[in-house]
Amino acid sequence: MVVLNEQLFDCEINSIQFYKIQYNSFKDNLVLLGEAAVGKSSLVLRFVRGHFLDYQESTIGAAFLAQTVCLNDTTVKFEIWDTAGQERYHTLAPMYYRGAQAAIVVYDIRSQDSFERAIKWVKELQRQGSPNIVIALAGNKLDLAAKRKVETSEAQTYAEENGLLFMETSAKTAQNVNELFVEIAKKLPKTPNPRPGSGRLPISPIDNNPQKKKPCCSS
Amino acid sequence: MDEHYDAIVLGTGFKECVLSGLLSVEGKKVLHMDRNGYYGGESASLNLVQLFEKYRGGAKPTESLGNTRDYNIDLVPKFILSSGLLVKMLLHTQVTRYLDFKVVDGSFVYKTPKIQKVPATDAEALSSPLMGFFEKFACKKFFVYVQNYEENNPATHDKLDLKTMTMRQLFAKFTLKEDTIDFIGHALALYLNDDYLDKPALEAVQRVKLYADSLQRYSISPYIYPMYGLGELPQAFARLSAIYGGTYMLNKPIDKISFEDGKVRVESQGETATADVIIADPSYFPDKVKNTGKIIRSICVLNAPIPNTNNAESCQIIIPQKQVGRKSDIYIGCISFPHCVCPKGKYIAIVSTTVETADPEKELAPAYALLGPIVDKFISVSPYYVPLSDGQQDKVFISESYDATSHFETTCEDIMKIYKRILKKDLVLVTDKPQSPEEQ
Repeated sequence: MVVLNEQLFDCEINSIQFYKIQYNSFKDNLVLLGEAAVGKSSLVLRFVRGHFLDYQESTIGAAFLAQTVCLNDTTVKFEIWDTAGQERYHTLAPMYYRGAQAAIVVYDIRSQDSFERAIKWVKELQRQGSPNIVIALAGNKLDLAAKRKVETSEAQTYAEENGLLFMETSAKTAQNVNELFVEIAKKLPKTPNPRPGSGRLPISPIDNNPQKKKPCCSS
Repeated sequence: MDEHYDAIVLGTGFKECVLSGLLSVEGKKVLHMDRNGYYGGESASLNLVQLFEKYRGGAKPTESLGNTRDYNIDLVPKFILSSGLLVKMLLHTQVTRYLDFKVVDGSFVYKTPKIQKVPATDAEALSSPLMGFFEKFACKKFFVYVQNYEENNPATHDKLDLKTMTMRQLFAKFTLKEDTIDFIGHALALYLNDDYLDKPALEAVQRVKLYADSLQRYSISPYIYPMYGLGELPQAFARLSAIYGGTYMLNKPIDKISFEDGKVRVESQGETATADVIIADPSYFPDKVKNTGKIIRSICVLNAPIPNTNNAESCQIIIPQKQVGRKSDIYIGCISFPHCVCPKGKYIAIVSTTVETADPEKELAPAYALLGPIVDKFISVSPYYVPLSDGQQDKVFISESYDATSHFETTCEDIMKIYKRILKKDLVLVTDKPQSPEEQ
């Protein structure tokens, strides 16, 4: 787990500096929502790192992962936020999904409860999320379809009625994982989203005492 | 939750969430619970439905106010000094990554009979009607002294010992007049009342320096404010805590707290957790706190910017006590659509002060008079609680209520004191960390 954490930390990026460097492409915040243990982290790790762990630990110590999707004419860089386990007791802070341009709502095709919970998340996003948010519904663990409890048609219908992207995925076999992210990238607006926050500030490090090597301020 | 933790934190107010985050980063195992279904406790930002629930017994929000979710109204109004302790804490913990901030447009001070802009540049200072020409000259000498002053460098002290001489004496030394003293003490050093005049001058000098440093960062005003309201701050620090393994439970009423074998036991809905220490806001321990005063806060919804602020979309107005015959200042904090706290065309002005009479709302009249037409008002009078003990005996560390100051300095000082009492070491804030490891 320690190794995994370090890998994840390597990927932390800073949005402000990123804009400076990658001014030809767009960066979009993407969040994953869904009940605990439906495979949110596994989907992300499959997408970003191309691997799968049979016993993925509950997520600790990770903040962001970043991954780029290349389309024909543009690249979309996703900054993927982790829930940090706060979904476990239904305590995910609204801050987590407030500024997101895209969301993947994940359920486990073997669990009707997780599907019901996913529907609640879709409603929450439509209420609290950005007005133009792209929402994808992902029925994960397709490799375990023998134990399926949620029919494809049921989820498909719900997704169509609510204007969501829909795919059934398997983080284990990689089926539809990249496809899901590519479909989201295609649906994102082609110009950077002028969020109501235009004029947002970079908060740069403070160097209070240039003479000293280690500025600090415990007093 | 049936486990042992290093710390159990009760209430998800700003102070509790920062402490929870700091302890988790230290490797402590933290369980964090709140009786409410939302983050932030007393320092939450509410949407209209939540606001009407709290102030109007769940009545339906007035239709003309617009969509409930467009509102994020702070229960405790404050701005962030951009070189202050909170920014240092955000940089130290790198919680800056989860939040967006925008600068506050302006800072104003009331000088009978109207409000004036607090000068942000030398040119503004020269043309400001806040003081006369000769007074400006004396004042400039004072500011040069303050800006050059370094506590650890006696050469900058000009043979004055600011640890022993009072601020009143220092002002006298620079022959500053009462109006100027009022302006410096209340609009720059941001003191609520005049008690500071007879205390050692060092703290006041440092506060003026902090104001100047903060102003220098973004040049427009010394304040910044987070998008979507101050309620984002506890959520962001809670995220930090969760990322380092902290467990979060909301909607968790606390049934019983007991003490045995040097451990604290917390029972909730048939579950029990134990911990070495407990951190809580005052509402969880009514018998371990005392009430030392009251603060009135009035949330006013406006349809236009506050008059005479040059149509500022966000601003602070300070009404110094002497200007209106009071003992403590009245503050107005106004924010609006650009900070995502209300729909376009609406303005949220929150008026607050320390209660001095039996009719607290009447005390706010001078502030109301400045606001223009008020569409709706939501008023609360909150007791100010302080813990009876420092927690060393019973391992219960209780934060103080949120005070009437317009910024986060005292709030952060309380956090740092509690941190030190628990971990027996100072919180050393490292503010020059590279904020972006990948892009280096």
